[in-house]
Amino acid sequence: MASKNVLLIFKQNIMYRPIIYRLATEYGIIFNVLEAKILPKQEGRLILELSGSEEEIANGIAYLEAERVQVDLLVDKMHRDEQRCVDCGACTAVCRTDALSIDRPSMKIGFYPERCVACGLCILACPVNAMSGISIDNDNEI
Amino acid sequence: MDTIPIQRSYEEINDKIRQGKAVVLRADEMTELVASEGVKNAFKKVDVVTTGTFGTMCSSGAFINFGHTRPKMKASNVWLNEVEAYGGLAAVDTYLGATQVQDDDPLNKVHPGQFRYGGGHVIEDLIAGRPVKLRAKSYGTDCYPLREYETTVTIGDLRDAFLYNPRNAYQNYNCAVNLSKRTIYTYMGILRPNMGNATYSSAGQLSPLLNDPYYWTIGVGTRIFLGGAPGVVSWRGTQHDPNAPRGENGVVREGAGTIAVTGDMKEMTVEFIRGASLVGYGCSLMVGLGIPIPILNEDLARFTGVSDSDIVCQVVDYGIDYPNAINRALGEVSYAELKTGRIDVQGKNIPAAPLSSYPMAVKVAENLKNWIREKGFVLGVPQVLLPTVPFTAP
Repeated sequence: MASKNVLLIFKQNIMYRPIIYRLATEYGIIFNVLEAKILPKQEGRLILELSGSEEEIANGIAYLEAERVQVDLLVDKMHRDEQRCVDCGACTAVCRTDALSIDRPSMKIGFYPERCVACGLCILACPVNAMSGISIDNDNEI
Repeated sequence: MDTIPIQRSYEEINDKIRQGKAVVLRADEMTELVASEGVKNAFKKVDVVTTGTFGTMCSSGAFINFGHTRPKMKASNVWLNEVEAYGGLAAVDTYLGATQVQDDDPLNKVHPGQFRYGGGHVIEDLIAGRPVKLRAKSYGTDCYPLREYETTVTIGDLRDAFLYNPRNAYQNYNCAVNLSKRTIYTYMGILRPNMGNATYSSAGQLSPLLNDPYYWTIGVGTRIFLGGAPGVVSWRGTQHDPNAPRGENGVVREGAGTIAVTGDMKEMTVEFIRGASLVGYGCSLMVGLGIPIPILNEDLARFTGVSDSDIVCQVVDYGIDYPNAINRALGEVSYAELKTGRIDVQGKNIPAAPLSSYPMAVKVAENLKNWIREKGFVLGVPQVLLPTVPFTAP
């Protein structure tokens, strides 16, 4: 079973249509809402974990896009600037999903973006501005 | 300090270094050697042990002389990329502190502030060779008539640029937790409420002053690695306190010794000096610093053989106790425990994250080792030793 974390953006024209339930009923995807924000009459934003086979997830995403939902794969949107990172570990104090975690005993900081839920705390915590990516509030990379 | 027994002299060690024959190990390698072969054998084999640390050191800054202007100027207010530097010195001398923030920074008005650019970042930009805007003001005198000056400089244009850090390389430090009910943003990182996590900041067994706990070989004139370049210990650091509680092995159990260090920024590299932004707290500088320790006697072989499990620090609450200057420790943990990533504090098992970079500390110590082995980097004999306390062998 595969798992992918995605940010879905529902623009004003589709935000009041029921769409995501079909991921479960028609595409066999188990989805887990990690974060959600609805700006009434403007747009809706959801961070979901999609679990299923690779094919089911691909079909589900194709369906969402056909429904004009903007789909961003978090794994593609979160970045660590390897030139800036100094392996200090400050990010590991706040990362709850072990997307940033310490490889022992080298104590180097491993980055596993597939585990990221775009909470944005690493961007705040990093003293040398090495982390960037999207968040529930912002689809422009920060 | 009483003179320590010398079983191998500085002269002997420096001769070996000049001949390329000195045996040099990193402190973590020495730990393994002492564990496997014992103190006596380690003493016989090893001439120098190199240490290293890389972390945020707020008490850092740069003395800059930007060269006389024409007409001349007694600059009383100076800004570098709109970060104010202290101008109460002669003519075109100025001191730029690492924690000074840009003039228009919103600070913590919207908490937690991000503190994106400050003195530490200017220091990084200069060392990287990036252009920096220099602006100065003066009231004008007969001998220094110029009142305003603005230009763009790179480090090569500056007459002098010295890093001069009044308190670096703290010998041990607190492990921070937060007993309050809200998330706090501190110089010890982001701390979750109700003791949800812990942070710590020391290179442990690699840390310079933890490998020479009584400062027998570290004093004014000790030659060091500072920001990728040769530097020196220039004085004891501010708040230097040799009287801190010590374990039976002589190692301090909390913050104790500190050093002031100096080096030429024109020789440094940004790999080992970084501007830092600590959310909710402010700007600072990350400094890579390493000290070579001559193994003058068997005690120094034992001291440098110290391991993370032999070094402990105090767990301190930064939610209520620390800001209110309540001196209380919630417990004591070893760096070996901290490095597992989880510690027990008052019956609660919590995650622990480092703030100083162990991989970079290894790199500093490794670089210093190579300088001594391959580049004839000889050891400085300290001319003024740091204040210390007597050592009684266990």
